[in-house]
Amino acid sequence: MSARRPYIRSMDGWWRRDPFFIRYMIREATALLVVAYAAVLLLGAIRLAQGESAYERWLAALRSPWSLAFHLVLFAGLVYHTWSWFQIVPKTMPSISVGGKKLQPAVITGTGLVAAAFVSLVLLLLLLFIGS
Amino acid sequence: MNETHKVIAIEVLRYRPELDEKPFFQTYQVPFTEEMSVLQGLLYIKDELDGTLSFRWSCRMAICGSCGAMIDGVPMLGCHTFLRDYYPNKVRVEPLAHFPIERDLVVGADDFIGKLERIKPYIVPKEPRTLAEGEYLQTPAQLERILQFSSCINCMLCYAACPQYGLDPAFIGPGVLALLHRYNADSRDAARADRMQLVNAEEGVWSCTAVGYCSEVCPKGVDPANAVNQNKTASAADYFLHWLPKGSGK
Ligand code: SF4
Ligand code: FES
Repeated sequence: MSARRPYIRSMDGWWRRDPFFIRYMIREATALLVVAYAAVLLLGAIRLAQGESAYERWLAALRSPWSLAFHLVLFAGLVYHTWSWFQIVPKTMPSISVGGKKLQPAVITGTGLVAAAFVSLVLLLLLLFIGS
Repeated sequence: MNETHKVIAIEVLRYRPELDEKPFFQTYQVPFTEEMSVLQGLLYIKDELDGTLSFRWSCRMAICGSCGAMIDGVPMLGCHTFLRDYYPNKVRVEPLAHFPIERDLVVGADDFIGKLERIKPYIVPKEPRTLAEGEYLQTPAQLERILQFSSCINCMLCYAACPQYGLDPAFIGPGVLALLHRYNADSRDAARADRMQLVNAEEGVWSCTAVGYCSEVCPKGVDPANAVNQNKTASAADYFLHWLPKGSGK
């Protein structure tokens, strides 16, 4: 008879075991905030289709203190999600060589973050320009 | 040993299947020197304090891949981790997470070995070749594609870092998928179609949620997460090309 009696450890609370897993869970959770923001914008599009007064009411609702607080949370979540997403991007791509040298992950992450910040800024300026 | 030696407390998770219902921690006081690894600390315990302690090791130089353990909760090679970095605190050594404990720090590797065999971890030539035809040639660029992934030493640290494997042991897992990629990406190999069956399965690359910790803990810079996620693209391409008329694909 075999003397083997393997002991299987529980996975309960696995994500609290390591700070790396906590950061991973936050990355996954903030994806929900991205969805929530998309839903807010989608609602705006629907209101627009329903006519001017519906759209005006949607705009007014956006200006309420609750909505502003909610958007602050969304913004923080979005920033974290973007940052953590570009951290993982180098792991999802085939290696790229530039001049015979492998492109370092930090360069890919940095380029992504700069591009995201740049696009956001351009969009913001564009909106400010249209608004004025 | 002379009196200038510092003493560190090593807390080891013990499990003796014939005696213990479940694992428990046992602490040993171990005198150590600057250059002593955690593995050497365990060897000191076994030689001087408690001969019943079981653990795996062989090369003592981070190449055989047998001494992996959770060291203060992080998957590491015992021979590649130094006691001085934990002193004056104690250091806690547990068997690699997500694997069944056989005895003390020894985990069951049957599942890992079985998966390794399934991926055909060797080059399958396109056609038989006689010695007289000479060696296979590879350009530096072709070598570059596989070099990093061929550094794997089968230490299983990446499995201990992968919650998806812990939650569902059917997942082929990072290290074996990295090796699968190593052979699929080899210009001399012709078994890609076979291996893609494993990649495309539910337990293949699609069980991965890009946690990425496997690549952090790998002692050999293999970056298994990269191999797995590159193969998500390959698997998706495989799926769509499948719908095209024969001959228009790869
Ligand atoms: S990929 Fe790295 S961590 Fe995983 S088994 Fe191979 S050497 Fe070990
Ligand atoms: S003893 Fe061989 S890798 Fe540590």
